Amino acid sequence: MSDTDAGPDGSAASDGGDGWFETLPTDGPDDETESDEDAALGAAAARVRDGTAESPADWPERAVEAGFAADEAAYYDRLKAATTRATREAVRERERADDAQLIHAVRAMDDAERVANELAERAVEWAGTLFDEVDSGIEGARAIAARDPESDVERRAVSLAARAAKLDDERAALAETIARVAPAVAPNLAEMAGPELAARLIALAGGLEPLAKKPSGTVQVLGAEDALFAHLSGRAPSPKHGIIYTHEYVRGTRPEDRGSAARALAGKLALAARADHYAGERRARLHDDLRERMATIRARADADEPGVAGADDE
Amino acid sequence: MSEPALPDGVERREIDGERRLATRGEPVYGEPTADGWRAWDPGRSKLGGMLELGLETGLTGAETVLYLGAASGTTVSHVADFAGPTYAVEFAPRPARDLLDAAASRERLFPLLKDARKPETYAHVVEADVDAVVQDVATRGQAEVAVRNARFLADDGRLLLAIKARSEDVTAEPDAVFEGAVDRLREAYEILETRRLDRYHEDHLGVVATPR
Repeated sequence: MSDTDAGPDGSAASDGGDGWFETLPTDGPDDETESDEDAALGAAAARVRDGTAESPADWPERAVEAGFAADEAAYYDRLKAATTRATREAVRERERADDAQLIHAVRAMDDAERVANELAERAVEWAGTLFDEVDSGIEGARAIAARDPESDVERRAVSLAARAAKLDDERAALAETIARVAPAVAPNLAEMAGPELAARLIALAGGLEPLAKKPSGTVQVLGAEDALFAHLSGRAPSPKHGIIYTHEYVRGTRPEDRGSAARALAGKLALAARADHYAGERRARLHDDLRERMATIRARADADEPGVAGADDE
Repeated sequence: MSEPALPDGVERREIDGERRLATRGEPVYGEPTADGWRAWDPGRSKLGGMLELGLETGLTGAETVLYLGAASGTTVSHVADFAGPTYAVEFAPRPARDLLDAAASRERLFPLLKDARKPETYAHVVEADVDAVVQDVATRGQAEVAVRNARFLADDGRLLLAIKARSEDVTAEPDAVFEGAVDRLREAYEILETRRLDRYHEDHLGVVATPR
């Protein structure tokens, strides 16, 4: 393409389609200073990270033709330096940013949900005085938002309902983002707890690293701090579970076995957080062990069943 | 034996009293070594399992390779030991940190923190007409990833793919999952060979294919 006018300020080709090397300066003269070299490598790394192309091409040949590198071996040397720098930078940034982003996302989701419900409630109450047949909650607000207002007052009520619906959309979008980000931040924790509970545990602990450093007993009662402190000051029994109550393994287990289930789950969650923070790879064993342990705990209910007439019949 | 030849640079060597698959290079993950050769554990590497089970990988040594799902670099370090330029794509930052360590002593192993589902984010770096695409990604839509990355392969190149049934659907029968994945692959590839890798990797299917 623009091989002929490959001047340094030839039209910037950063919008895709070109090789990573194409807007970079060619192999410089020998009197290059160290900081020049570092800046050139930084620019190359940035192109590796941010560039795009629909299709690959014979980049080594093109780079040699364009004078970017003297020969193929020199090209690969520069590619090696650029990809190493780019990956090191990206790893550092992603590791630093991701659990913090997850915490913001889960807190924002909770805020959006709370405010959406409050607004919907207000809009529904208001619309009830203006229209017939108004349903409650977010769904009610959505129905109101779809109406054609006929007066100034109706316009305000309908508009308020529309804001509540939009805010609920935002909550759903935040949940999707959490579902995408959590497995990248903490693959084992997200698989075991589900993305949302994983995000909440990380948020309650203040990050993945602090969570990885907590003993399993603490993980078990994260989110039940009030009950825990009531217990510690002698006013209440110790809490059996905190936020992990939302997990099916705890909630779906009969009450007399829930303490065991919560303890087993918290133990594996703590290990999952450590695997995620210190290794970052999926550990199949963790998940298999937990499944086995849960099967054992739930089998107790079946074992008790025959003796009790009409057990669990609500 | 009538087994397919191993690529140049991969040999069965006596290590710790056992004949084991091995390549020459700096150790990466504490694997046993002998005389500069490092044991390639087929239980820890899908490609190692495929070679051990005798699939016709078409690898001869010194080829250009695009490796998708490099993780900590366990397998891709062995690949870089016997292959030529090797592009290693990994999406998760923490394993990529270890991948950087594995790549440090390997001049032609290029680490890339990229999403294998989005080839356009690395097509400006990875060259065209690579000889082999090796894929071991544990996400849903593994066949789709292979189809999208077909653009990098030479016409006579090889896709060496390990499909993990449980990444697609934990509840479905592995055979049903494999069938669906292979059907999807046929849109871009001709399937040359498939083999269950169960001896080394439970519920995994090894696939060798070439672009259509």
